[in-house]
Amino acid sequence: MTSQVSSPAEQADGADEAVVGEQRRPAGEKEVRRLDRVIIRFAGDSGDGMQLTGDRFTSETASFGNDLSTLPNFPAEIRAPAGTLPGVSSFQLHFADHDILTPGDAPNVLVAMNPAALKANLADVPRGAEIIVNTDEFAKRAMAKVGYDTSPLEDGSLSAYNVHPVPLTTLTIEALKEFGLSRKEAERSKNMFALGLLSWMYHRPTEGTEKFLRSKFAKKPAIAEANVAAFRAGWNFGETTEDFAVSYEVAPATQAFPAGTYRNISGNLALSYGLIAAAQQADLPLYLGSYPITPASDILHELSRHKNFGVRTFQAEDEIAGIGAALGAAFGGSLAVTTTSGPGVALKSEAIGLAVSLELPLLVVDIQRGGPSTGLPTKTEQADLLQAMYGRNGEAPVPVVAPKTPADCFDAALDAARIALAYRTPVFLLSDGYLANGSEPWRVPEVDELPDLRVQFATGPNHALADGTEVFWPYKRDPKTLARPWAVPGTPGLEHRIGGIEKQDGTGNISYDPANHDFMVRTRQAKIDGVEVPDLAVDDPDGARTLVLGWGSTYGPITAAVRRLRAAGEPIAQAHLRHINPFPKNLGDILARYDKVVVPEMNLGQLATLIRAKYLVDAHSYNQVNGMPFKAEQLATALKEAIHA
Amino acid sequence: MPDAHANELLQLVPKAEAKQSMKDFKSDQEVRWCPGCGDYAVLAAVQGFMPELGLAKENIVFVSGIGCSSRFPYYMNTYGMHSIHGRAPAIATGLASSRRDLSVWVVTGDGDALSIGGNHLIHALRRNVNLKILLFNNRIYGLTKGQYSPTSEVGKITKSTPMGSLDAPFNPVSLAIGAEASFVARTVDSDRKHLTEVLRQAAEHPGTALVEIYQNCNIFNDGAFEVLKDKDQAEEAVIRLEHGQQIRFGADRAKGVVRDAATGDLTVVPVTPENEADILVHDAHQASPTTAFALSRLADPDTLHHTPIGVFRSVDRPVYDTLMSDQLDTAIEQNGKGDLGALLAGKDTWTVVG
Repeated sequence: MTSQVSSPAEQADGADEAVVGEQRRPAGEKEVRRLDRVIIRFAGDSGDGMQLTGDRFTSETASFGNDLSTLPNFPAEIRAPAGTLPGVSSFQLHFADHDILTPGDAPNVLVAMNPAALKANLADVPRGAEIIVNTDEFAKRAMAKVGYDTSPLEDGSLSAYNVHPVPLTTLTIEALKEFGLSRKEAERSKNMFALGLLSWMYHRPTEGTEKFLRSKFAKKPAIAEANVAAFRAGWNFGETTEDFAVSYEVAPATQAFPAGTYRNISGNLALSYGLIAAAQQADLPLYLGSYPITPASDILHELSRHKNFGVRTFQAEDEIAGIGAALGAAFGGSLAVTTTSGPGVALKSEAIGLAVSLELPLLVVDIQRGGPSTGLPTKTEQADLLQAMYGRNGEAPVPVVAPKTPADCFDAALDAARIALAYRTPVFLLSDGYLANGSEPWRVPEVDELPDLRVQFATGPNHALADGTEVFWPYKRDPKTLARPWAVPGTPGLEHRIGGIEKQDGTGNISYDPANHDFMVRTRQAKIDGVEVPDLAVDDPDGARTLVLGWGSTYGPITAAVRRLRAAGEPIAQAHLRHINPFPKNLGDILARYDKVVVPEMNLGQLATLIRAKYLVDAHSYNQVNGMPFKAEQLATALKEAIHA
Repeated sequence: MPDAHANELLQLVPKAEAKQSMKDFKSDQEVRWCPGCGDYAVLAAVQGFMPELGLAKENIVFVSGIGCSSRFPYYMNTYGMHSIHGRAPAIATGLASSRRDLSVWVVTGDGDALSIGGNHLIHALRRNVNLKILLFNNRIYGLTKGQYSPTSEVGKITKSTPMGSLDAPFNPVSLAIGAEASFVARTVDSDRKHLTEVLRQAAEHPGTALVEIYQNCNIFNDGAFEVLKDKDQAEEAVIRLEHGQQIRFGADRAKGVVRDAATGDLTVVPVTPENEADILVHDAHQASPTTAFALSRLADPDTLHHTPIGVFRSVDRPVYDTLMSDQLDTAIEQNGKGDLGALLAGKDTWTVVG
């Protein structure tokens, strides 16, 4: 059995991984092999509970101490017609005994709960991989529905794979016959049977899942016990059936992580926690104004659970009201946030412009998805960058911050809050569907490691008139940051009016004066241009001539591709932007150092456009807009071609 | 009493330490409405009424959208925001729901509130956020120079409708009552006394108060409300609503409003000794909005005959900001004050030893 051995070509990352020799478990009767990493994909109908199954396997894997990365992939329809290709939902998990960066290119194991799941995913499965199929679902009609004239389980079309036919449904029903459940109810636990089987195969700890099931179904103890029983039956099935002759161990990734306490975290959860932490570190109440939209709604859900942190969440009547309420709260002295995705940003544009003009702190969180228009709500894309940069009337510069991994969403949220608060400006936080739903281990920070984000509200006059009268000028700026004072209602003596009409420098009074407008436009731009961001770091151990420059969620695939290239003796330099507006001060110098600059993006070249315009560099785009993250192998090939072009 | 909590909510707003005068509420900005605009009268009435309210002026905020009336905040020496078209209720909702120590007022017009911002208005009303919304209705677009508005009468000849407007107007009072408003009133710019009395009741009201103010645009729609202002015509055209009083109007209060026994609708009838006992007594605090709605339908949208003014509806209903704040308190009672370290760690952690 070599299907699970990582051949160099399939390695997502890591240069010289090899399968460590076989080792039998002394007490066991079956062979146990050690692997350095595995990619599993669970695939089934939207209603089969594949996301839950994947989540649970991920939790087991996280608590075991592997490094991991996940890729949930599901249709926008809540329940697409059962058994059809559009209804297939999948969850891919990559876990390893070392540091990994992506959810993996191609699964070593595919769990296919029905013919549609097999058909929709087979193209991604390399020959020799293991496929566990639920044979109960391979009835003639179900197969015909997805265009199988003959059974792929019998016609030899899967001969290149290591297929495990398992009657998952029957076995589950059989295992639960003493629970007195209807057939339909019992069937529902088949995902837990599959989870049990995979948990056995990969020696996953099981206590967490049993605990989880008992707590999830606390109000229906019979269902809880049935699920636990199905889970155990799946485990025992692996243990006793001859078809599964081998199980695998993937040792904890002890070398991959610095010392600390770890947990698994998804991007949207990390981002939510980052917002709560930012508010606490700023000593301000957090206010979220939001309208539900995929894939951002989870942030609204999460924040609404933490009212005991003083978090106010307002589900508005529309996207505009969401940002409007946030802006009102910002005027009142809250750390204000609005969360959305691309179509919502379009609706919020005018209000973002108002925030630019009012110069109030505001976080605009855009969890990008496929566009234009409704596009692909559940798929990922990076095509809102230029909308974030320029999608407003007038000259309305807004800083843009982009997290690079799911866990990094926490730090990026704190960083975006720092900029918003210090410079009194709206800030875009550009995450995407891949980061939002994907997860990875995260070293839990100590609260006292977090940055101090406290700001000073204005408390008194800040200007003396010619006659010596002390007055408050709402647009008199801090000479260093160019930020204007934040004077919140309730502060005596600082009563003032702000608005979207151009205002006079200093006093903030309405002004139509041409020279003043020119000055204010340039000053607002200068403020954003002057936002302090750290210099860009370049990873270039070999003195390469080609630089690959990325931003946002492409970090994992790009880094994995770079590792492969270097392992193959191809020098390549890598840099990854967190700050797209303003760019790091040293970016121009870095770009000038390389003969070639390649910019992989999940759009048609938006960062490349910015780079070319600003630095007059012949940046070469490598683009993919298929709703999915880059695959490391594909990127490595493209980068290699670029190096040698 | 429906307004039993009024003082309770108002008490969250700090009081002025010294006695205030109208002058305290005038900003140093030159008022730039057209000479003769009805907005001047409303501004004067609001500035004149504010000292009576006695709130610390730093705790008062005026938020507006876009339009002639939306310049209002610049002229008030309080905190203020002149925002974007139609969005003032949304912005004010964020401010009011995060700062219960503020008295938040929204100034808007018929285009701002009922056309581009219609959605925010109805949702603010249904939520019952603690806002006082002053809707200046002049039945025309002024700032964009004279197009018809969503309250213009059908057939209105304007620059954008040279052959007459086609769409039926909104009745703002009907709309507000339909949107679950807890306080709805109508007044007229030129009637300072009535305007002030309505403002007083609105200010006291816990929750969203919508005050429609008929306001004359002397440039683009001059005389739109003349029938309600002209001494000779007004007596027959205006129905003054007073809580607890019979709804009667006209010379010698000879006309009255009765409920049609067959349809339940309201009609205007001459008052006779036989029907005098049947004349409706206005009850602004009635839980059901049915009668208030029926009252709002008495006015003829074209002639404005039988236009009720005064407080149509003033009922006590849970206030959004209070509920939101209560949930925060409850969350702390139930789970304790948030512990960031515990939140970040979650329940499933593992330790890597260096």
